[in-house]
Amino acid sequence: MKYLQLVLAALLRRKTRTLFTLLSVVAAFLLFSLLDSVRSAFAGAGSSVAGLNRLVTISKISFTVQLPKSLLGRIQAVPGVADAAYANWFGGIYQDPKNFFANEAVAGNFLDLYPEFEMPAAQRTAFRNTRTGAVVGEQLAQRFNWKIGDKLPLQATIFPQKDGSNTWTFDLVGIYHIADPKQQARENLLLFNWDYFDEARALGNGSIGWYVVKVADPATADRVAQAVDALSLNSDHETKTQSERAFQLAFASQFGDIGLIVGAIMAAVFFTLILLTGNTMAQAVRERIPELAILKTIGFSNGSVLGLLLAEALLLLLLGGCVGLLLAGLVAQALQKTTGFTLQPIVSSPAVWARSLALMTLIGVLVGALPAYRGLRLRIVDALAGR
Amino acid sequence: MSALVDLRNVSKTYVRGVQKVEVLHGIDMEIRAGDFVALMGPSGSGKTTLLNLIGGLDAPTGGSISVGGQRIDQLSESALARWRAAHVGFVFQFYNLLSTLAARRNVELPLLLTRLSGTQRRQRAQIALQLVGLADRAAHKPGELSGGQQQRVAIARAIVSDPTLLVCDEPTGDLDRHSAEDVLRLLQQLNRDHGKTIIMVTHDPKAAEFARRIVHLDKGVLVDDIKRPAA
Repeated sequence: MKYLQLVLAALLRRKTRTLFTLLSVVAAFLLFSLLDSVRSAFAGAGSSVAGLNRLVTISKISFTVQLPKSLLGRIQAVPGVADAAYANWFGGIYQDPKNFFANEAVAGNFLDLYPEFEMPAAQRTAFRNTRTGAVVGEQLAQRFNWKIGDKLPLQATIFPQKDGSNTWTFDLVGIYHIADPKQQARENLLLFNWDYFDEARALGNGSIGWYVVKVADPATADRVAQAVDALSLNSDHETKTQSERAFQLAFASQFGDIGLIVGAIMAAVFFTLILLTGNTMAQAVRERIPELAILKTIGFSNGSVLGLLLAEALLLLLLGGCVGLLLAGLVAQALQKTTGFTLQPIVSSPAVWARSLALMTLIGVLVGALPAYRGLRLRIVDALAGR
Repeated sequence: MSALVDLRNVSKTYVRGVQKVEVLHGIDMEIRAGDFVALMGPSGSGKTTLLNLIGGLDAPTGGSISVGGQRIDQLSESALARWRAAHVGFVFQFYNLLSTLAARRNVELPLLLTRLSGTQRRQRAQIALQLVGLADRAAHKPGELSGGQQQRVAIARAIVSDPTLLVCDEPTGDLDRHSAEDVLRLLQQLNRDHGKTIIMVTHDPKAAEFARRIVHLDKGVLVDDIKRPAA
């Protein structure tokens, strides 16, 4: 600790330069934390469904391939299945494409499978009984200042009506609330009756996007998933039953290989960070050659000088990195509140922290190594003579 | 007084590219404990090289150097660093203070290498600053001090660990006459009242007059050695 004053004095020698270097480290680790959370989410969304009580069945070929509605009865009959419902992505736009939020046509019993969607019983009944009825989450209702009884016109992007119109108008009959803060992103969702949708749409009638399967005993989830998929084995609509999380992430990964994209961005960010910080450290040490020579003159060993220079780089990286991670936590919370996707919010998990700390240390050593080596090799008499 | 510094047939050769430059040739010299020696000579005569060898900042090419009975020319680099920390105080022409640290922190630097507590370090640094007449400027950074004051802070740093030997390379070379005399009187006081052995390189004959002994070098050899009565 007694050497900390020396490390701080060196960093504060050029305050503006240190501040900007620190900001670049903060930005790099803010990005890293957010992107690594996304990458981990995709990497961790395996196919295991063990211990889950709700599964999602989609086409084995692709999320975008429709399944026959006729599978419902057979799925409900699978031993271990407590209930099943279906839904279809609608992709409607409210007023402006910038107002994007998820909207889905769902079976009449869909909400029965989602007890976390809390809504007064009267509104649930109204949703079942109103052909053009729709329900939305509280966040979405607040975002557009919607009230029960409002008419909500959506412009179809995939499904025109039989009369050629692209405008679908729904009656808002319910507003649901989700108590769990981690799930509240799903309040940005509009659900409407699949029956109305199927009657009125011009194409794809009788097909649905995915099934939601409620398992009676989570311990049997694996077996139930296999049994559901076995129903369509060797048919033209083979299915894949998976966790809801894997389903949501598969939806997001339509945009490309998320792992690869995130990895490439992170590599670019850290390559730039190493160049930038390394250059700054090298410059800082070059300017302080006489000071380092003095430290050696008064008895600091080569190892001490090496340690001091490495400590500078490490402190800079750890300080900036930790601030970046803490900021990422705040950004993740904000994203969770504002995102329109029902994608699980990205959070700074202990694993992200562990990886980040390892990276900070590695980069700190990398950028500090060359200047520190220069400090180590410094000959006092040459340095004092300005050679 | 016994010989504190004992140089026997010391030579130093520098290699610059393909060229070998022999700076010191077979120097024999003794410096007794408590002496105040001025090393004089024209530029390139080897006086700073000799000072660096005595201070353990550089190693001789040949011969032996003993300080306090210890052969410092045989010490490893890390052992030499420890030896310097314990036995030698350095004062340079350009003060070489750390610009971001206050005067007291600069003075404390050599004590970071000891086992002293923070409080003890601060106390000792304050005493050293008092000794050089700058106790009231302890919190000032080098940029807030005059050249003479900075050099006195450098002297405080040199004496704070109570070294046996003070080596000073042109300590007044960057100062005006008045400040230079203050610094020289301070060195003289440290020699006379505190028994510090001082070896000082200088170009200035007036500065040399503060020493008890004046050694002249020319082209790497000792050409004159004058002992003066105590000032």
